[in-house]
Amino acid sequence: MSLDTFLSSSSTTTKRPRRLTFSRPAKRLFFLGLLVAGVITLFMTLNSRGNWDFVIPFRGTKILALVLVSYAVAVSTVLFQTVSGNRILAPSIMGFDALYVLIQTVLVFALGAHAASTLNPQLRFVMEVAIMVLFAGLLYRWLFGGTRRSLHLLLLVGIIFGVLFRSTAGMMQRLIDPNEFAVLQDMLFASFNSFDRNLLWVSAALIVGGSVVLWRIGHTFDILALGRETAVNLGLNFQRTVTIILIVIAIFVSVSTALVGPVTFFGLLVANLAYQVAGTYKHRWILPFAVGLSILFLVGGQMVVESLFSFNTSLSIVVEFLGGIVFIVLLIRGVGR
Amino acid sequence: MIEIKNVTKAYDKAVVVDGVTLQIPAGGITSIIGPNGAGKSTLLSMISRLLPMNGGQVLVDGLDVTTTAGDVLARRLSILRQDNHIGSRLTVRDLVTFGRYPYSKGRPTVEDLKHVRMALQYLNLESMSERFLDELSGGQRQRAFVAMVLCQDTDYVLMDEPLNNLDMKHAVAMMKILRRAADELHKTIVLVLHDVNFASCYSDYIVAMKDGKIACHGSPYDIINANVMCNVYEIDVAVQDIDGKRIAIYYT
Ligand SMILES: Nc1ncnc2c1ncn2[C@@H]1O[C@H](COP(=O)(O)OP(=O)(O)OP(=O)(O)O)[C@@H](O)[C@H]1O
Ligand SMILES: [Mg+2]
Repeated sequence: MSLDTFLSSSSTTTKRPRRLTFSRPAKRLFFLGLLVAGVITLFMTLNSRGNWDFVIPFRGTKILALVLVSYAVAVSTVLFQTVSGNRILAPSIMGFDALYVLIQTVLVFALGAHAASTLNPQLRFVMEVAIMVLFAGLLYRWLFGGTRRSLHLLLLVGIIFGVLFRSTAGMMQRLIDPNEFAVLQDMLFASFNSFDRNLLWVSAALIVGGSVVLWRIGHTFDILALGRETAVNLGLNFQRTVTIILIVIAIFVSVSTALVGPVTFFGLLVANLAYQVAGTYKHRWILPFAVGLSILFLVGGQMVVESLFSFNTSLSIVVEFLGGIVFIVLLIRGVGR
Repeated sequence: MIEIKNVTKAYDKAVVVDGVTLQIPAGGITSIIGPNGAGKSTLLSMISRLLPMNGGQVLVDGLDVTTTAGDVLARRLSILRQDNHIGSRLTVRDLVTFGRYPYSKGRPTVEDLKHVRMALQYLNLESMSERFLDELSGGQRQRAFVAMVLCQDTDYVLMDEPLNNLDMKHAVAMMKILRRAADELHKTIVLVLHDVNFASCYSDYIVAMKDGKIACHGSPYDIINANVMCNVYEIDVAVQDIDGKRIAIYYT
Protein backbone atom coordinates (compact mmCIF):
# COMPACT_ATOMS: atom_id res chain seq x y z
CA MET A 1 0.00 0.00 0.00
CA SER A 2 1.34 3.44 -0.83
CA LEU A 3 0.79 6.78 0.77
CA ASP A 4 -2.04 7.84 -1.47
CA THR A 5 -4.22 4.80 -0.93
CA PHE A 6 -3.53 5.17 2.74
CA LEU A 7 -4.52 8.79 2.66
CA SER A 8 -7.56 8.38 0.49
CA SER A 9 -8.91 5.73 2.80
CA SER A 10 -9.20 8.38 5.47
CA SER A 11 -10.75 11.25 3.57
CA THR A 12 -12.52 11.84 0.33
CA THR A 13 -10.87 13.82 -2.38
CA THR A 14 -12.39 17.16 -3.21
CA LYS A 15 -12.05 18.44 -6.75
CA ARG A 16 -10.52 21.84 -7.03
CA PRO A 17 -10.22 23.91 -10.20
CA ARG A 18 -6.79 23.78 -11.80
CA ARG A 19 -4.83 26.92 -11.22
CA LEU A 20 -3.29 28.82 -14.11
CA THR A 21 -0.10 29.37 -12.20
CA PHE A 22 2.06 30.75 -14.95
CA SER A 23 -0.21 33.13 -16.71
CA ARG A 24 1.13 36.24 -14.99
CA PRO A 25 4.87 35.74 -15.47
CA ALA A 26 4.24 34.48 -18.99
CA LYS A 27 2.37 37.62 -19.94
CA ARG A 28 5.04 39.83 -18.46
CA LEU A 29 7.78 37.87 -20.16
CA PHE A 30 6.02 38.27 -23.49
CA PHE A 31 5.83 42.01 -22.90
CA LEU A 32 9.50 42.13 -21.95
CA GLY A 33 10.31 40.19 -25.13
CA LEU A 34 8.49 42.81 -27.19
CA LEU A 35 10.46 45.58 -25.50
CA VAL A 36 13.74 43.79 -26.17
CA ALA A 37 12.83 43.24 -29.83
CA GLY A 38 11.87 46.91 -30.07
CA VAL A 39 15.09 48.23 -28.58
CA ILE A 40 17.20 45.97 -30.80
CA THR A 41 15.34 47.10 -33.92
CA LEU A 42 15.76 50.71 -32.89
CA PHE A 43 19.46 50.19 -32.26
CA MET A 44 19.94 48.67 -35.70
CA THR A 45 18.01 51.31 -37.63
CA LEU A 46 18.43 54.61 -35.81
CA ASN A 47 20.33 57.24 -37.87
CA SER A 48 21.45 54.61 -40.35
CA ARG A 49 21.04 56.99 -43.30
CA GLY A 50 20.65 54.08 -45.64
CA ASN A 51 24.24 52.82 -45.38
CA TRP A 52 23.04 49.29 -44.85
CA ASP A 53 26.17 47.59 -46.13
CA PHE A 54 28.13 49.21 -43.39
CA VAL A 55 25.52 49.48 -40.67
CA ILE A 56 24.26 45.92 -40.57
CA PRO A 57 27.55 44.11 -39.98
CA PHE A 58 28.90 46.89 -37.79
CA ARG A 59 25.92 47.26 -35.52
CA GLY A 60 25.10 43.56 -35.79
CA THR A 61 28.38 42.55 -34.19
CA LYS A 62 27.86 45.21 -31.57
CA ILE A 63 24.42 43.83 -30.76
CA LEU A 64 25.85 40.32 -30.62
CA ALA A 65 28.50 41.44 -28.14
CA LEU A 66 25.95 43.27 -26.00
CA VAL A 67 23.59 40.29 -26.02
CA LEU A 68 26.38 37.87 -25.09
CA VAL A 69 27.49 40.08 -22.22
CA SER A 70 23.90 40.61 -21.05
CA TYR A 71 23.24 36.91 -21.07
CA ALA A 72 26.50 36.01 -19.35
CA VAL A 73 26.11 38.59 -16.60
CA ALA A 74 22.43 37.86 -15.94
CA VAL A 75 22.65 34.07 -15.87
CA SER A 76 25.87 33.97 -13.87
CA THR A 77 24.53 36.37 -11.26
CA VAL A 78 21.18 34.62 -10.79
CA LEU A 79 22.81 31.21 -10.46
CA PHE A 80 25.55 32.52 -8.22
CA GLN A 81 22.90 33.89 -5.89
CA THR A 82 21.12 30.55 -5.91
CA VAL A 83 24.30 28.68 -5.07
CA SER A 84 25.37 31.09 -2.35
CA GLY A 85 21.85 31.42 -0.93
CA ASN A 86 21.35 35.18 -0.93
CA ARG A 87 20.43 38.09 -3.17
CA ILE A 88 23.27 40.44 -2.29
CA LEU A 89 26.23 38.66 -3.83
CA ALA A 90 27.29 38.44 -7.44
CA PRO A 91 30.32 36.73 -9.02
CA SER A 92 31.99 40.09 -9.51
CA ILE A 93 31.56 41.03 -5.86
CA MET A 94 33.27 37.76 -4.93
CA GLY A 95 36.25 38.66 -7.13
CA PHE A 96 35.58 36.45 -10.20
CA ASP A 97 36.33 39.15 -12.76
CA ALA A 98 39.34 40.41 -10.81
CA LEU A 99 40.68 36.85 -10.96
CA TYR A 100 40.20 36.84 -14.73
CA VAL A 101 42.09 40.13 -15.13
CA LEU A 102 44.87 38.69 -12.99
CA ILE A 103 45.05 35.63 -15.24
CA GLN A 104 45.25 37.85 -18.33
CA THR A 105 48.09 39.81 -16.76
CA VAL A 106 50.01 36.77 -15.56
CA LEU A 107 49.78 35.26 -19.02
CA VAL A 108 51.32 38.32 -20.68
CA PHE A 109 53.88 38.49 -17.93
CA ALA A 110 54.84 34.85 -18.31
CA LEU A 111 54.86 34.66 -22.11
CA GLY A 112 56.33 38.10 -22.63
CA ALA A 113 54.43 40.76 -24.51
CA HIS A 114 55.81 39.79 -27.89
CA ALA A 115 54.70 36.20 -27.65
CA ALA A 116 51.37 37.25 -26.18
CA SER A 117 50.66 39.66 -29.00
CA THR A 118 51.61 37.22 -31.75
CA LEU A 119 49.65 34.39 -30.16
CA ASN A 120 46.33 33.79 -31.84
CA PRO A 121 43.88 35.87 -29.73
CA GLN A 122 41.20 33.17 -29.79
CA LEU A 123 43.67 30.59 -28.57
CA ARG A 124 44.90 32.89 -25.85
CA PHE A 125 41.32 33.53 -24.78
CA VAL A 126 40.56 29.83 -24.54
CA MET A 127 43.72 29.34 -22.49
CA GLU A 128 42.67 32.09 -20.13
CA VAL A 129 39.21 30.60 -19.74
CA ALA A 130 40.68 27.18 -19.00
CA ILE A 131 42.94 28.58 -16.28
CA MET A 132 40.05 30.61 -14.93
CA VAL A 133 37.82 27.52 -14.69
CA LEU A 134 40.54 25.64 -12.87
CA PHE A 135 41.25 28.31 -10.28
CA ALA A 136 37.73 29.61 -9.79
CA GLY A 137 36.54 26.00 -9.57
CA LEU A 138 38.99 25.19 -6.80
CA LEU A 139 38.64 28.43 -4.88
CA TYR A 140 34.91 28.89 -4.95
CA ARG A 141 34.02 25.25 -4.61
CA TRP A 142 35.81 25.31 -1.31
CA LEU A 143 33.67 28.29 -0.28
CA PHE A 144 30.30 27.07 -1.50
CA GLY A 145 30.49 23.29 -1.74
CA GLY A 146 29.91 22.52 1.93
CA THR A 147 27.53 23.91 4.48
CA ARG A 148 26.26 27.38 3.80
CA ARG A 149 28.49 30.12 5.14
CA SER A 150 27.37 33.38 6.63
CA LEU A 151 26.86 36.33 4.35
CA HIS A 152 29.27 38.43 6.38
CA LEU A 153 32.05 35.95 5.92
CA LEU A 154 31.36 35.69 2.17
CA LEU A 155 31.32 39.47 1.70
CA LEU A 156 34.57 39.76 3.58
CA VAL A 157 36.22 36.96 1.61
CA GLY A 158 34.95 38.55 -1.60
CA ILE A 159 36.47 41.91 -0.73
CA ILE A 160 39.76 40.30 0.24
CA PHE A 161 39.88 38.19 -2.94
CA GLY A 162 39.02 41.23 -5.06
CA VAL A 163 41.68 43.44 -3.52
CA LEU A 164 44.25 40.65 -3.60
CA PHE A 165 43.68 39.80 -7.27
CA ARG A 166 43.47 43.42 -8.37
CA SER A 167 46.57 44.57 -6.52
CA THR A 168 48.60 41.57 -7.66
CA ALA A 169 47.56 42.28 -11.24
CA GLY A 170 48.38 45.97 -10.75
CA MET A 171 51.81 45.17 -9.42
CA MET A 172 52.63 42.88 -12.32
CA GLN A 173 51.40 45.46 -14.81
CA ARG A 174 53.90 47.89 -13.32
CA LEU A 175 56.71 45.38 -13.56
CA ILE A 176 56.17 44.89 -17.27
CA ASP A 177 58.33 46.88 -19.68
CA PRO A 178 56.37 50.06 -20.58
CA ASN A 179 56.61 49.26 -24.27
CA GLU A 180 55.23 45.84 -23.74
CA PHE A 181 52.53 47.17 -21.46
CA ALA A 182 50.78 48.64 -24.50
CA VAL A 183 49.94 45.08 -25.57
CA LEU A 184 48.33 44.32 -22.25
CA GLN A 185 46.51 47.61 -22.23
CA ASP A 186 44.66 46.68 -25.38
CA MET A 187 43.41 43.59 -23.65
CA LEU A 188 42.58 45.14 -20.31
CA PHE A 189 40.80 48.18 -21.53
CA ALA A 190 38.08 46.43 -23.38
CA SER A 191 34.85 48.36 -22.87
CA PHE A 192 31.38 48.67 -24.27
CA ASN A 193 32.65 51.21 -26.78
CA SER A 194 35.65 49.20 -27.89
CA PHE A 195 34.96 45.54 -27.32
CA ASP A 196 37.23 42.86 -28.66
CA ARG A 197 35.72 41.76 -32.00
CA ASN A 198 38.21 38.93 -32.39
CA LEU A 199 36.70 37.05 -29.53
CA LEU A 200 33.07 37.32 -30.54
CA TRP A 201 32.59 33.90 -32.09
CA VAL A 202 34.63 32.01 -29.53
CA SER A 203 32.59 33.78 -26.86
CA ALA A 204 29.35 32.80 -28.52
CA ALA A 205 30.51 29.18 -28.69
CA LEU A 206 31.47 29.17 -25.01
CA ILE A 207 28.14 30.70 -24.02
CA VAL A 208 26.20 28.13 -26.03
CA GLY A 209 28.29 25.29 -24.58
CA GLY A 210 27.77 26.53 -21.03
CA SER A 211 24.06 26.95 -21.64
CA VAL A 212 23.70 23.36 -22.86
CA VAL A 213 25.29 22.16 -19.62
CA LEU A 214 22.98 24.39 -17.59
CA TRP A 215 19.94 23.23 -19.53
CA ARG A 216 20.67 19.65 -18.62
CA ILE A 217 20.84 20.36 -14.89
CA GLY A 218 18.14 23.04 -14.98
CA HIS A 219 15.76 21.05 -12.79
CA THR A 220 18.17 21.30 -9.86
CA PHE A 221 18.18 25.11 -9.62
CA ASP A 222 14.95 25.46 -7.66
CA ILE A 223 16.05 22.66 -5.35
CA LEU A 224 19.43 24.29 -4.73
CA ALA A 225 17.64 27.47 -3.69
CA LEU A 226 16.05 25.53 -0.82
CA GLY A 227 19.44 25.24 0.86
CA ARG A 228 21.97 22.46 1.12
CA GLU A 229 20.21 20.27 3.70
CA THR A 230 16.85 20.23 1.96
CA ALA A 231 18.54 19.66 -1.39
CA VAL A 232 20.51 16.70 -0.06
CA ASN A 233 17.38 15.29 1.55
CA LEU A 234 15.70 15.44 -1.86
CA GLY A 235 18.55 13.45 -3.34
CA LEU A 236 20.65 16.13 -5.02
CA ASN A 237 24.38 15.56 -5.31
CA PHE A 238 24.97 19.00 -3.88
CA GLN A 239 28.73 19.26 -4.20
CA ARG A 240 28.77 18.07 -7.80
CA THR A 241 25.91 20.28 -8.91
CA VAL A 242 27.44 23.35 -7.27
CA THR A 243 30.80 22.62 -8.87
CA ILE A 244 29.28 22.37 -12.35
CA ILE A 245 27.41 25.64 -11.87
CA LEU A 246 30.51 27.42 -10.57
CA ILE A 247 32.48 26.25 -13.59
CA VAL A 248 29.86 27.61 -15.97
CA ILE A 249 29.80 30.86 -14.00
CA ALA A 250 33.59 31.09 -14.35
CA ILE A 251 33.26 30.67 -18.13
CA PHE A 252 30.50 33.27 -18.39
CA VAL A 253 32.40 35.81 -16.29
CA SER A 254 35.50 35.26 -18.44
CA VAL A 255 33.47 35.90 -21.57
CA SER A 256 31.93 39.12 -20.34
CA THR A 257 35.19 40.40 -18.86
CA ALA A 258 37.17 39.60 -22.01
CA LEU A 259 34.59 41.34 -24.21
CA VAL A 260 33.86 44.52 -22.27
CA GLY A 261 35.97 44.49 -19.11
CA PRO A 262 34.84 44.03 -15.51
CA VAL A 263 31.19 44.80 -14.72
CA THR A 264 30.69 44.76 -10.97
CA PHE A 265 27.19 45.71 -9.93
CA PHE A 266 25.14 45.38 -13.08
CA GLY A 267 24.33 41.71 -12.49
CA LEU A 268 22.93 42.55 -9.10
CA LEU A 269 20.62 45.10 -10.65
CA VAL A 270 19.10 42.74 -13.22
CA ALA A 271 18.90 39.71 -10.92
CA ASN A 272 17.02 41.57 -8.21
CA LEU A 273 14.81 43.31 -10.72
CA ALA A 274 14.03 39.94 -12.33
CA TYR A 275 12.79 38.58 -9.00
CA GLN A 276 10.66 41.68 -8.51
CA VAL A 277 9.14 41.70 -11.97
CA ALA A 278 8.64 37.96 -12.40
CA GLY A 279 6.95 37.54 -9.03
CA THR A 280 7.98 33.89 -8.76
CA TYR A 281 10.98 32.03 -7.40
CA LYS A 282 11.12 29.53 -10.27
CA HIS A 283 14.32 29.69 -12.27
CA ARG A 284 12.59 28.77 -15.48
CA TRP A 285 11.05 32.25 -15.25
CA ILE A 286 13.71 34.19 -13.35
CA LEU A 287 16.48 33.37 -15.82
CA PRO A 288 14.71 34.58 -18.98
CA PHE A 289 13.48 37.66 -17.14
CA ALA A 290 17.01 38.50 -15.98
CA VAL A 291 18.42 38.00 -19.49
CA GLY A 292 15.66 40.11 -21.06
CA LEU A 293 16.10 42.95 -18.60
CA SER A 294 19.84 42.79 -19.04
CA ILE A 295 19.61 43.09 -22.84
CA LEU A 296 17.08 45.88 -22.50
CA PHE A 297 19.38 47.89 -20.23
CA LEU A 298 22.62 47.33 -22.09
CA VAL A 299 21.32 47.86 -25.63
CA GLY A 300 19.09 50.73 -24.56
CA GLY A 301 21.88 52.22 -22.48
CA GLN A 302 24.41 51.93 -25.29
CA MET A 303 21.99 53.70 -27.62
CA VAL A 304 21.56 56.54 -25.15
CA VAL A 305 25.30 56.79 -24.59
CA GLU A 306 25.99 56.90 -28.33
CA SER A 307 23.32 59.38 -29.31
CA LEU A 308 23.03 61.63 -26.27
CA PHE A 309 26.57 61.70 -24.97
CA SER A 310 28.14 60.88 -28.35
CA PHE A 311 30.46 58.30 -26.75
CA ASN A 312 31.76 60.78 -24.22
CA THR A 313 30.64 58.68 -21.34
CA SER A 314 30.93 54.95 -20.99
CA LEU A 315 27.95 52.66 -20.66
CA SER A 316 29.68 50.84 -17.83
CA ILE A 317 29.70 54.01 -15.75
CA VAL A 318 25.94 54.34 -16.18
CA VAL A 319 25.03 50.71 -15.43
CA GLU A 320 27.53 50.49 -12.59
CA PHE A 321 26.08 53.61 -11.05
CA LEU A 322 22.58 52.13 -11.09
CA GLY A 323 23.79 48.71 -9.94
CA GLY A 324 25.85 50.26 -7.15
CA ILE A 325 22.78 52.03 -5.83
CA VAL A 326 20.89 48.72 -5.82
CA PHE A 327 23.76 47.09 -3.94
CA ILE A 328 23.73 49.79 -1.26
CA VAL A 329 19.94 49.59 -0.92
CA LEU A 330 20.15 45.81 -0.54
CA LEU A 331 22.86 46.07 2.09
CA ILE A 332 20.90 48.63 4.09
CA ARG A 333 17.70 46.60 3.85
CA GLY A 334 19.57 43.40 4.75
CA VAL A 335 21.07 45.02 7.83
CA GLY A 336 17.66 46.32 8.87
CA ARG A 337 16.12 42.87 8.73
CA MET B 1 16.49 -1.64 9.53
CA ILE B 2 18.84 1.22 10.34
CA GLU B 3 22.17 0.03 11.67
CA ILE B 4 24.29 2.64 13.40
CA LYS B 5 27.80 1.39 14.03
CA ASN B 6 30.17 3.24 16.30
CA VAL B 7 29.23 6.62 14.86
CA THR B 8 31.24 9.57 16.12
CA LYS B 9 31.09 13.31 15.50
CA ALA B 10 33.49 15.87 16.93
CA TYR B 11 33.79 19.63 16.45
CA ASP B 12 37.45 20.41 16.98
CA LYS B 13 38.09 18.55 20.21
CA ALA B 14 34.51 18.51 21.49
CA VAL B 15 32.98 15.09 20.90
CA VAL B 16 29.22 15.57 20.51
CA VAL B 17 28.28 12.07 19.37
CA ASP B 18 30.52 9.51 20.94
CA GLY B 19 30.71 6.05 19.40
CA VAL B 20 26.98 5.42 19.16
CA THR B 21 25.99 1.90 18.16
CA LEU B 22 22.28 1.19 17.73
CA GLN B 23 19.90 -0.83 15.63
CA ILE B 24 16.58 0.69 14.78
CA PRO B 25 14.20 -2.07 13.72
CA ALA B 26 12.17 -1.70 10.52
CA GLY B 27 8.54 -0.78 11.06
CA GLY B 28 7.23 1.11 14.06
CA ILE B 29 8.07 4.30 15.86
CA THR B 30 11.36 4.83 17.63
CA SER B 31 11.65 7.95 19.77
CA ILE B 32 14.91 9.54 20.79
CA ILE B 33 14.72 11.57 23.99
CA GLY B 34 17.34 13.40 26.00
CA PRO B 35 18.33 16.83 27.27
CA ASN B 36 19.36 19.78 25.11
CA GLY B 37 22.76 19.30 23.57
CA ALA B 38 22.73 15.53 24.03
CA GLY B 39 23.53 15.03 20.33
CA LYS B 40 20.10 13.92 19.10
CA SER B 41 19.95 16.25 16.11
CA THR B 42 23.56 15.56 15.26
CA LEU B 43 22.91 11.82 15.23
CA LEU B 44 19.82 12.23 13.06
CA SER B 45 21.74 14.46 10.63
CA MET B 46 24.44 11.83 10.26
CA ILE B 47 21.93 9.04 9.70
CA SER B 48 20.38 11.12 6.92
CA ARG B 49 23.81 12.02 5.38
CA LEU B 50 23.29 15.75 5.95
CA LEU B 51 26.35 15.83 8.15
CA PRO B 52 29.57 13.92 7.52
CA MET B 53 30.67 11.71 10.40
CA ASN B 54 34.15 11.53 11.84
CA GLY B 55 33.97 7.79 12.31
CA GLY B 56 31.61 4.86 12.08
CA GLN B 57 29.01 3.78 9.57
CA VAL B 58 25.27 3.99 9.04
CA LEU B 59 23.42 1.40 6.98
CA VAL B 60 19.82 1.86 5.89
CA ASP B 61 18.44 -1.42 4.54
CA GLY B 62 22.07 -2.39 4.10
CA LEU B 63 22.93 0.75 2.08
CA ASP B 64 25.81 2.79 3.43
CA VAL B 65 24.47 6.34 3.59
CA THR B 66 27.79 7.99 2.80
CA THR B 67 28.41 6.04 -0.40
CA THR B 68 24.92 5.36 -1.76
CA ALA B 69 23.78 7.69 -4.55
CA GLY B 70 21.80 10.60 -3.15
CA ASP B 71 18.72 10.11 -5.31
CA VAL B 72 18.48 6.41 -4.44
CA LEU B 73 18.54 7.24 -0.76
CA ALA B 74 16.05 10.09 -1.21
CA ARG B 75 13.41 7.57 -2.27
CA ARG B 76 14.06 5.49 0.82
CA LEU B 77 14.75 7.93 3.62
CA SER B 78 13.54 11.45 4.36
CA ILE B 79 14.25 13.86 7.17
CA LEU B 80 12.47 16.76 8.79
CA ARG B 81 15.00 19.02 10.44
CA GLN B 82 14.67 20.81 13.74
CA ASP B 83 14.66 24.26 12.20
CA ASN B 84 13.66 24.83 8.66
CA HIS B 85 14.42 28.04 6.91
CA ILE B 86 13.83 28.58 3.23
CA GLY B 87 15.24 31.56 1.40
CA SER B 88 12.82 31.57 -1.52
CA ARG B 89 9.31 32.88 -1.11
CA LEU B 90 7.26 29.70 -1.55
CA THR B 91 3.64 28.82 -1.13
CA VAL B 92 2.66 25.82 0.95
CA ARG B 93 1.76 23.89 -2.20
CA ASP B 94 5.12 24.69 -3.82
CA LEU B 95 6.95 23.43 -0.76
CA VAL B 96 4.97 20.22 -0.55
CA THR B 97 5.44 19.63 -4.29
CA PHE B 98 9.22 19.71 -3.76
CA GLY B 99 8.73 16.57 -1.67
CA ARG B 100 8.07 14.75 -4.96
CA TYR B 101 11.36 15.83 -6.52
CA PRO B 102 13.10 12.47 -5.97
CA TYR B 103 10.46 10.94 -8.26
CA SER B 104 9.50 13.80 -10.57
CA LYS B 105 12.86 15.56 -11.03
CA GLY B 106 11.00 18.83 -11.31
CA ARG B 107 8.25 17.62 -13.67
CA PRO B 108 5.45 16.47 -11.39
CA THR B 109 3.15 13.92 -12.98
CA VAL B 110 -0.55 13.52 -12.23
CA GLU B 111 0.48 10.84 -9.77
CA ASP B 112 2.83 13.25 -8.00
CA LEU B 113 0.18 15.94 -7.80
CA LYS B 114 -2.17 13.41 -6.24
CA HIS B 115 0.39 12.78 -3.51
CA VAL B 116 0.69 16.51 -2.95
CA ARG B 117 -3.07 16.92 -2.63
CA MET B 118 -3.33 14.03 -0.21
CA ALA B 119 -0.50 15.27 1.99
CA LEU B 120 -2.06 18.75 2.14
CA GLN B 121 -5.40 17.25 3.00
CA TYR B 122 -3.94 15.03 5.62
CA LEU B 123 -2.22 17.82 7.51
CA ASN B 124 -5.24 20.03 7.24
CA LEU B 125 -3.49 22.54 5.02
CA GLU B 126 -5.84 22.69 2.06
CA SER B 127 -7.33 26.03 3.02
CA MET B 128 -3.90 27.63 3.16
CA SER B 129 -2.19 25.82 0.30
CA GLU B 130 -1.75 29.00 -1.77
CA ARG B 131 -0.40 31.07 1.08
CA PHE B 132 3.24 31.98 1.42
CA LEU B 133 5.27 30.21 4.10
CA ASP B 134 6.43 33.46 5.66
CA GLU B 135 2.81 34.46 6.18
CA LEU B 136 1.93 31.42 8.31
CA SER B 137 2.05 30.84 12.04
CA GLY B 138 4.85 28.70 13.41
CA GLY B 139 2.64 25.65 13.81
CA GLN B 140 1.10 25.99 10.35
CA ARG B 141 4.57 26.22 8.85
CA GLN B 142 5.71 23.18 10.80
CA ARG B 143 2.77 21.23 9.36
CA ALA B 144 3.72 22.34 5.86
CA PHE B 145 7.23 20.94 6.32
CA VAL B 146 5.83 17.70 7.70
CA ALA B 147 3.54 17.48 4.66
CA MET B 148 6.57 17.86 2.40
CA VAL B 149 8.35 15.00 4.15
CA LEU B 150 5.26 12.76 4.01
CA CYS B 151 4.92 13.59 0.34
CA GLN B 152 8.37 12.13 -0.22
CA ASP B 153 6.73 8.83 0.71
CA THR B 154 9.84 7.00 1.93
CA ASP B 155 10.03 3.82 3.99
CA TYR B 156 12.20 5.56 6.56
CA VAL B 157 11.09 8.88 7.98
CA LEU B 158 13.28 10.79 10.42
CA MET B 159 11.78 13.76 12.21
CA ASP B 160 13.60 16.11 14.52
CA GLU B 161 11.03 17.50 16.94
CA PRO B 162 7.98 17.23 14.67
CA LEU B 163 5.76 18.58 17.45
CA ASN B 164 7.63 21.91 17.49
CA ASN B 165 5.14 24.79 17.72
CA LEU B 166 2.08 22.54 17.53
CA ASP B 167 -0.91 23.03 19.82
CA MET B 168 -2.40 20.10 21.79
CA LYS B 169 -4.88 19.20 19.11
CA HIS B 170 -2.40 19.23 16.26
CA ALA B 171 0.28 17.49 18.30
CA VAL B 172 -2.06 14.58 19.01
CA ALA B 173 -3.25 14.55 15.40
CA MET B 174 0.37 14.45 14.22
CA MET B 175 1.27 11.54 16.48
CA LYS B 176 -1.82 9.67 15.30
CA ILE B 177 -0.87 10.19 11.67
CA LEU B 178 2.61 8.88 12.38
CA ARG B 179 1.24 5.93 14.34
CA ARG B 180 -1.05 4.96 11.45
CA ALA B 181 1.75 5.36 8.93
CA ALA B 182 3.82 2.96 11.01
CA ASP B 183 1.01 0.45 11.56
CA GLU B 184 -0.66 0.43 8.16
CA LEU B 185 2.18 1.31 5.80
CA HIS B 186 4.89 -0.35 7.85
CA LYS B 187 6.98 2.77 7.74
CA THR B 188 9.95 3.10 10.02
CA ILE B 189 9.64 6.36 11.88
CA VAL B 190 12.36 7.85 14.03
CA LEU B 191 11.40 10.89 16.10
CA VAL B 192 13.23 13.23 18.38
CA LEU B 193 10.73 14.21 21.06
CA HIS B 194 11.01 16.45 24.07
CA ASP B 195 7.65 15.49 25.51
CA VAL B 196 8.46 12.15 27.09
CA ASN B 197 4.77 11.42 27.55
CA PHE B 198 4.14 11.52 23.80
CA ALA B 199 7.14 9.25 23.43
CA SER B 200 5.67 6.96 26.07
CA CYS B 201 2.19 6.80 24.53
CA TYR B 202 3.06 6.44 20.85
CA SER B 203 6.46 4.74 20.51
CA ASP B 204 7.37 1.10 20.18
CA TYR B 205 10.87 1.80 21.26
CA ILE B 206 12.62 4.63 23.11
CA VAL B 207 16.26 5.62 23.00
CA ALA B 208 17.52 7.97 25.69
CA MET B 209 20.65 9.97 24.87
CA LYS B 210 22.88 11.95 27.15
CA ASP B 211 26.25 13.62 26.52
CA GLY B 212 26.61 12.14 23.05
CA LYS B 213 26.05 8.59 24.21
CA ILE B 214 23.09 6.28 24.46
CA ALA B 215 22.08 6.25 28.10
CA CYS B 216 19.62 3.41 27.65
CA HIS B 217 17.07 2.05 25.23
CA GLY B 218 14.10 -0.24 25.38
CA SER B 219 10.31 -0.30 25.40
CA PRO B 220 8.46 2.73 26.81
CA TYR B 221 7.68 0.62 29.84
CA ASP B 222 11.36 0.10 30.56
CA ILE B 223 12.54 3.62 29.88
CA ILE B 224 9.86 5.82 31.36
CA ASN B 225 10.49 5.29 35.03
CA ALA B 226 11.63 7.56 37.82
CA ASN B 227 15.14 6.18 37.92
CA VAL B 228 15.98 6.51 34.25
CA MET B 229 14.32 9.93 33.95
CA CYS B 230 16.25 11.22 36.91
CA ASN B 231 19.45 9.86 35.42
CA VAL B 232 18.93 11.35 31.97
CA TYR B 233 17.40 14.71 32.85
CA GLU B 234 18.82 15.24 36.32
CA ILE B 235 15.52 16.35 37.83
CA ASP B 236 13.00 14.55 40.00
CA VAL B 237 10.32 12.89 37.96
CA ALA B 238 7.32 10.99 39.29
CA VAL B 239 5.99 8.31 36.96
CA GLN B 240 2.43 7.02 37.17
CA ASP B 241 0.50 4.41 35.26
CA ILE B 242 -2.56 6.01 33.70
CA ASP B 243 -4.80 3.91 31.45
CA GLY B 244 -1.95 1.47 30.93
CA LYS B 245 0.49 4.18 29.80
CA ARG B 246 3.44 5.44 31.74
CA ILE B 247 3.10 9.15 32.36
CA ALA B 248 5.90 11.27 33.75
CA ILE B 249 4.95 14.15 35.99
CA TYR B 250 7.70 16.69 36.23
CA TYR B 251 6.05 20.10 36.28
CA THR B 252 6.64 20.97 39.88
N1 LIG C 1 28.24 23.38 14.14
C1 LIG C 1 28.58 23.09 15.41
N2 LIG C 1 29.78 23.46 15.88
C2 LIG C 1 30.14 23.18 17.16
N3 LIG C 1 29.36 22.52 18.02
C3 LIG C 1 28.15 22.13 17.61
C4 LIG C 1 27.70 22.39 16.28
N4 LIG C 1 26.46 21.88 16.13
C5 LIG C 1 26.14 21.34 17.32
N5 LIG C 1 27.15 21.48 18.20
C6 LIG C 1 27.17 21.00 19.59
O1 LIG C 1 26.86 19.63 19.57
C7 LIG C 1 26.10 19.27 20.72
C8 LIG C 1 24.91 18.45 20.28
O2 LIG C 1 24.04 19.24 19.50
P1 LIG C 1 22.65 18.71 18.97
O3 LIG C 1 22.06 19.76 18.12
O4 LIG C 1 22.86 17.38 18.39
O5 LIG C 1 21.84 18.59 20.33
P2 LIG C 1 20.35 18.08 20.53
O6 LIG C 1 20.40 16.85 21.35
O7 LIG C 1 19.62 18.02 19.26
O8 LIG C 1 19.78 19.28 21.43
P3 LIG C 1 18.34 19.99 21.40
O9 LIG C 1 17.45 19.18 22.23
O10 LIG C 1 18.61 21.31 22.05
O11 LIG C 1 17.91 20.11 19.99
C9 LIG C 1 25.74 20.56 21.42
O12 LIG C 1 26.52 20.67 22.57
C10 LIG C 1 26.09 21.63 20.43
O13 LIG C 1 26.56 22.77 21.10
MG1 LIG D 1 18.16 19.08 18.37
